[in-house]
Amino acid sequence: MPGMHRDRVGRFGPRDPKKSGRVRLALQAGFAALLNGYAAGFAKGRIFTGASKGVCVPVLNCYSCPGALGACPIGSLQAVAGGRSKSVSFYVLGFLMLFGLVFGRLLCGFVCPFGFVQDLLAKIPVKRRKVPEKIDRPARFIKYAMLAGVLVLPALVSAAGGAASPYFCKFFCPAGTLEGGLPLLLADGRLRSLAGALLGWKAFVLLAVVLGSVFIPRFFCRYFCPLGAFYSLFSRFSLYQLKLNESACIGCGRCEAVCPMAVRVTAGKDDGECIRCGKCRDACPAGAICLGFERESGDVSADSGAGT
Amino acid sequence: MAGGKLTKKRKNALRLAVFAAGAAFLAIGLWRGEFADVLQKAVRICLECIGIG
Repeated sequence: MPGMHRDRVGRFGPRDPKKSGRVRLALQAGFAALLNGYAAGFAKGRIFTGASKGVCVPVLNCYSCPGALGACPIGSLQAVAGGRSKSVSFYVLGFLMLFGLVFGRLLCGFVCPFGFVQDLLAKIPVKRRKVPEKIDRPARFIKYAMLAGVLVLPALVSAAGGAASPYFCKFFCPAGTLEGGLPLLLADGRLRSLAGALLGWKAFVLLAVVLGSVFIPRFFCRYFCPLGAFYSLFSRFSLYQLKLNESACIGCGRCEAVCPMAVRVTAGKDDGECIRCGKCRDACPAGAICLGFERESGDVSADSGAGT
Repeated sequence: MAGGKLTKKRKNALRLAVFAAGAAFLAIGLWRGEFADVLQKAVRICLECIGIG
């Protein structure tokens, strides 16, 4: 095809942003429906109890969502750590490492249902806020603290003889409130009668995250998601990569203007924040960005800019 | 962007190490019966997760 050439990662060249955006939203909706495919659960106010619930899904998806067919890895990490083994779950960690190695944060960009919710919220036409860098960059470390808490806190409390709750799920996770809490409480009067101050707190957190996501794209992913923090550790060497052809880049900055994660695309350094959504590739007038699984042969030659 | 300061050789070595560690962790976890732990938690409504506590 004229104006395009292949690199060992994928195809450089101009794209149709509207078409790419529609395809991505359709994929996100499809994955959300697939991961929460037990439709009867929503009507009955019950959760799925089949054997597939022992298998983790690679994204943040509450296992108490009535439709959920698999287990949330963050909830599972805490459940195992706080349970009889009192240690980090090798099963869940191994599972996440393998997914992180292949896909990295592509899972955040295309598969995560809560990421999909945030992308829909970001479509509300309001004036978006650019978070000042001196606040934005340090705040991104909060999600690593969340990850450390998920991995260590239940095991420590459990080992000390206390009852270890899944603290992240209990006090923070907005996905659990949205996907699990709201549908179950709406369908089950007995659960509603048990609701107290904790539900009020979790509803406040959910509301704050929803409002944050309207004004700051991917607000939760940027600052708070422990699973995003985990996958970001694999970004630099995951098999699925984003590549910038620096010789073709014209430095217009459109890629960085459209990036929902405020990644410094043209800096040429993967800081683990990129969710591989492809918005930068679609916005690039020079076709200097491509995404795909890295191949072994061939490389970008210095004079083979896109459009040539 | 992707690649950064990682050489191709180092990147491949990291991939191999992570693959080996991930596969080993998965196998150890299954051997320790963690699948059953996860299943047991996931088939019951997690009251903490939904805000009941």
